[in-house]
Amino acid sequence: MSDKSHDPNQMTGAAMIVRALIDHGVKHIFGYPGGAVLPIYDEIFQQSEVEHILVRHEQGAGHAAEGYARSTGKPGVVLVTSGPGATNMVTPLTDALMDSIPLVCITGQVPTHLIGNDAFQECDTVGITRPCTKHNWLVRDVKDLAKVLHEAFYVASTGRPGPVVVDVPKDVQFATGTYHPPRKSDVHVSYAPRVKGDATQIRKAVALLASAKRPVIYSGGGVINSGSEASKLLRELVEFTGFPITSTLMGLGAYPASGKNWLGMLGMHGTYEANMAMHDCDAMLCVGARFDDRITGRTDAFSPGSKKIHIDIDPSSINKNIRIDIPIIGDAANVLGDLLQVFKAEAKKPDIRTWWQEIAKWRARNSLSYKKNSDIILPQFAIQRLFEATRGRDVYITTEVGQHQMWAAQFFGFEEPHRWMTSGGLGTMGYGLPAALGVQVAHPDSLVIDIAGDASVQMTMQEMSTAVQYELPIKIFILNNQYMGMVRQWQQLLHGNRLSHSYSEALPDFVKLAEAFGCVGIQAIKPGDLDGAIKEMISVKRPVLFDCRVAALENCFPMIPSGKAHNEMLLPAEANDEATAAAFASGKALV
Amino acid sequence: MNQPASAYFMEERHDPSESHTLSVLVQNEPGVLARVIGLFSGRGYNIESLTVSETENQKHVSRITIVTTGTPMVIEQIKHQLDRMVPVYRVVDMTLTGRSIERELAMVKLRGTGEHRVEALRLAEAFRARVIDATTESFVFEITGNSAKINQFIDLMRPLGLVEVSRTGVAAIGRGAEGM
Ligand SMILES: Cc1ncc(C[n+]2csc(CCOP(=O)(O)OP(=O)(O)O)c2C)c(N)n1
Ligand SMILES: [Mg+2]
Repeated sequence: MSDKSHDPNQMTGAAMIVRALIDHGVKHIFGYPGGAVLPIYDEIFQQSEVEHILVRHEQGAGHAAEGYARSTGKPGVVLVTSGPGATNMVTPLTDALMDSIPLVCITGQVPTHLIGNDAFQECDTVGITRPCTKHNWLVRDVKDLAKVLHEAFYVASTGRPGPVVVDVPKDVQFATGTYHPPRKSDVHVSYAPRVKGDATQIRKAVALLASAKRPVIYSGGGVINSGSEASKLLRELVEFTGFPITSTLMGLGAYPASGKNWLGMLGMHGTYEANMAMHDCDAMLCVGARFDDRITGRTDAFSPGSKKIHIDIDPSSINKNIRIDIPIIGDAANVLGDLLQVFKAEAKKPDIRTWWQEIAKWRARNSLSYKKNSDIILPQFAIQRLFEATRGRDVYITTEVGQHQMWAAQFFGFEEPHRWMTSGGLGTMGYGLPAALGVQVAHPDSLVIDIAGDASVQMTMQEMSTAVQYELPIKIFILNNQYMGMVRQWQQLLHGNRLSHSYSEALPDFVKLAEAFGCVGIQAIKPGDLDGAIKEMISVKRPVLFDCRVAALENCFPMIPSGKAHNEMLLPAEANDEATAAAFASGKALV
Repeated sequence: MNQPASAYFMEERHDPSESHTLSVLVQNEPGVLARVIGLFSGRGYNIESLTVSETENQKHVSRITIVTTGTPMVIEQIKHQLDRMVPVYRVVDMTLTGRSIERELAMVKLRGTGEHRVEALRLAEAFRARVIDATTESFVFEITGNSAKINQFIDLMRPLGLVEVSRTGVAAIGRGAEGM
């Protein structure tokens, strides 16, 4: 019999958690303590391999971990207490589920003998988080803990990535058991995501693409999530075929914005050329996107004349909203690699010169144009200046949700994947500031900017305190229009300009607020001040709140009104009152 | 073209709704049934019938049989949504295989006297329903069969003094030598 007291794998549940983090290569976790996780915090205190970042609100921990994950490709890790700690995580978990971000969230739970008793800070964490996680576990016995933890990392980061929750009662954290390092058998027996695409389907896809006259590639966040190899292969495919490419909000950066085949983003606030190309194409190659309603507009008028290929690792994404002709289930990089190989070996790229001529005409409409103004800063102009000032730098951008987010997507050019973090599926105001924090933790020497709105930024503003504590020099670039601009825009377009509760009557003085937090406040009011102020923001090696005062009533165009087709886009030059009223006449009930 | 209803209801769609029986093999772990039911309620799918029981206890495998209705595209979605759940091993559309047997058990309680009792017994015999409890003024019948047969039996019992019915829901299995 071995002497258990000298077995290094004998340890408490709390120690197992920290040990598992180390074994999975976790360097940073984001969290907030409380009664039900004190044993874990005690273990964290006694080691130095995993650094814990103390946030100011659990939601901040969740979004920070999301930013960390999206900018590194590794799962983000969160540690929170039971009850309110867990419920505060619901928004980031849902956000991560919608955008397929790998998160491992460890929650404390009341001791097993109190579960179901309405104990202090008890909540049904696995019940509450079941619909907002890829999977979750309540660990009732310390002997299951190591396996569950390893499985949690595996489930979060393989297949279609997503958030997982491991709920650990306090008595399980104290109990002693045997730890084992990750091993193959820790994988859930019933979980086996498919990575390799079907060869016959790939041949069919190549045949379709090779005979296309008006092809378009439509890529999404799945290409980013798959890893940098997928982006590399996507670029190679575009280069080889000469096809035009557009992408969703989540997919920006997979193909470089400066690339000659780039059409810009598609969808509700995408470019005219991207949406028209989608509408008029005869062959569509969708990679890692999911035909979301912001992309398709009216589904019965969506790209009516095309045959559609859809590459996705999640079979449930295929044929959900739009009927697909050639589905290919598999990992983006894997399938793109095979597809490229078959294309090169067995097919010739089609001659699509006339298609490009058509696209050129749409491009010439210049759908992102806006009227210049020398007295007030226009939000589009502000983003353009920010982009120019940061060009060529090692820069990461996060955003909040609203008009500023769309303008950032339209006017900031992304050259590389993993550089753009935004809340796409859930549209979570308050995402960008903590996400920037997480990105900065992962990339301490990079320039990390949250392009923010005045309303959104107040939702998680408290995390500036975290930035100061950990000397994370994030830059919060607030496009301050004093409105919930996107809400105001919809009210103007759809509700007779009755601006019900979309004006912030009492905004804080962001410069003073910055000082109160112990960071730097900068303000720009005139277009002429902008470049200098941005330069100052970049050069300051501390967290900055940048109050950029922009035109209050600017609208975000172009726009496909809800329920309209891609070829019914409203362009800025044409968006006079009459045209707008007509375009939006029937869409009131839609989201 | 058979497109799904738009996120934006531009027009009413009238794709025909079909009933499908799905067999789902799952890891029998806490919460797995809640997961499956949550999927249906969260995404607005119908559940006509649901049965669940552990079928291989050494391996902790349970079999869930779900009867659901929807357009072909929705049925397709339901299967994929089930299949991607972590504790789900397999989803088989028994209706599509065309080679499945479906059975349900019902217990049917009747109260009555005289002619009604005699008639009820006669019908029960025709349906091969067994009497599993009786008093001078009541019967409980046990009947097995597909849902249509059971519905028919219950309809016939209604005017004869039907008190209540308890049904197991549908269980299904494929014909022939192969397992799912
Ligand atoms: C948590 C949350 N609540 C409400 C909304 C709805 N919403 C979408 S955009 C928006 C206004 C955002 O205002 P601001 O941050 O100032 O950005 P702007 O549109 O002015 O650029 C609101 C309220 C949301 N997306 N998220
Ligand atoms: Mg605003």
